[in-house]
Amino acid sequence: MIEIQNLKKSFGDLQVLKGLNVTIPKGQATGIVGPNGAGKTTLIKTILGLVKPDSGILEVNGTRLNGDWLYRRDIGYMPQVARYPENMRVYELLNFIKGLRDQDAVYEHELIEQFNLQSELEKPLRTLSGGNRQKVGAILAMMFNPDILFFDEPTAGLDPRSSHKFKLRVKKEKEAGKTIFITSHIMSELEQLVDHVIFILDGNIRYYGSMSQLLELSQEERLEAAIARLMDEPIERTGSVSKQSEMKSTPITLEIA
Amino acid sequence: MRKHYSPAWRKELDYIMKLLTHIIKTEWKSLLRGKWVIGYTIIFILLTDSLLRFGGGGSEALLSLSNVMLLFIPLVGMIYGILYIYQSREFVELLLTQPIDRKVLYWGLFLGISTPLMAAFIIGSMLPLAWHGILAADSTSSLLVLGLGGMLTLIFVSLGFVFGLMFYDDRIKGFGFTIVVWLFLAILYDGLVLLIVFVFGDYPLEQFVIVVSTLNPIDLARILIMLEFDISALMGYTGAVFNRFFGQNTGIMTASGMLFLWLAIPTWMGLRIFRKKDF
Repeated sequence: MIEIQNLKKSFGDLQVLKGLNVTIPKGQATGIVGPNGAGKTTLIKTILGLVKPDSGILEVNGTRLNGDWLYRRDIGYMPQVARYPENMRVYELLNFIKGLRDQDAVYEHELIEQFNLQSELEKPLRTLSGGNRQKVGAILAMMFNPDILFFDEPTAGLDPRSSHKFKLRVKKEKEAGKTIFITSHIMSELEQLVDHVIFILDGNIRYYGSMSQLLELSQEERLEAAIARLMDEPIERTGSVSKQSEMKSTPITLEIA
Repeated sequence: MRKHYSPAWRKELDYIMKLLTHIIKTEWKSLLRGKWVIGYTIIFILLTDSLLRFGGGGSEALLSLSNVMLLFIPLVGMIYGILYIYQSREFVELLLTQPIDRKVLYWGLFLGISTPLMAAFIIGSMLPLAWHGILAADSTSSLLVLGLGGMLTLIFVSLGFVFGLMFYDDRIKGFGFTIVVWLFLAILYDGLVLLIVFVFGDYPLEQFVIVVSTLNPIDLARILIMLEFDISALMGYTGAVFNRFFGQNTGIMTASGMLFLWLAIPTWMGLRIFRKKDF
């Protein structure tokens, strides 16, 4: 469970997060969408502890974040850009992270097999293809079986077969009750993997709720079209839901029970 | 989850040491395989050997080695430190999302990349000194030069770290700043001091010069070498004043103390930036 209250962050004069409020219950798969520069990455980095918020409250599984680091035992993160020390071999990288985490890498072998990386284990990371490096990132994120998983543009460099396998794996994690976050520009991918959507625009959450609700509200069939409409005319959308009285108030956050 | 905090400090310390050695070991392995550090060692082997073969007696060769060291170790150290920060950006960010303390990660990374470079210089210079018999004959002077080179390596790698973290998003600025700092400390500094002394020659300037020379780690190392070899004429103006003011023993103590301070301040600054930084 992740709870965020009035989260603010500025980089110099640029206010990136303008008071975000959101509660994500355990076991939910959430897609984070929004245009470039809207604050998606900053939001994720704040939850991961890479970026320190200026103000606001951020709780992960009951731990209030304040320079704390043990809460990250429950988090797995697959970065968008996978760059590792060039001369390190794949198995050495896995061992390195294992030594840092002091947790059992229960899924290590299963994941290596699933992503067909057995033959790459002895190779230096610099010789791996981009897609295989992405897969290594996915293994690092999932092998400790953490409760919360972050995937930043996970399938961007994967071939269709690997991408398919990756999605199957994420679905399995979801069924196992993991809290999952995915950022992606590929809306069809989100449709397959998540059931909730956070739409961030200009440092604020413009929509948070279930995907089916969003499609219903925007009277669109596909997520892509719905999001595109949100970007173009967010105000009209609030108008269209005015029959629901609580939606009239200014915050455009939707809480779906 | 709080129960993880409760173990006694001893257990906590053991855990930190285990993590540190784990990080440092991994960095060593990765760097040695990069062959870069090995090349650096070979350069110093060749340099020291040829200085000893063709450069006259033991102490003369040691002095020449010190001069090369005073000029190049700061540059190599800083470039190496800043390059590490820039090249390992994504990797460091991945490590920061792991459940470890930033403090421990910082020390692990810093020691993991600075000690191989330090070892490369010390081993590379020590081997020829050993097989030419200088290490045995002039052991204090040899060890001083080797120790100072190692110390300068640590200081300037940590400065490189600091600049890399300060100019995290602007590599050109970072490298530019590094080169300017090197030019200033290694080449211009002594000349500027001399110029000031020349212009304001009518005033008592000794104390000023002493303060100024402690502000430059390269000067401090130069002063220590000069005090050990007792040849002020060869080693720049600030060194000469230092010698006259402190005499040999107090001078060596003061300069060494200042040099340790020079190691402590940048590493502490780097740690501070690393802990507070948004990655």
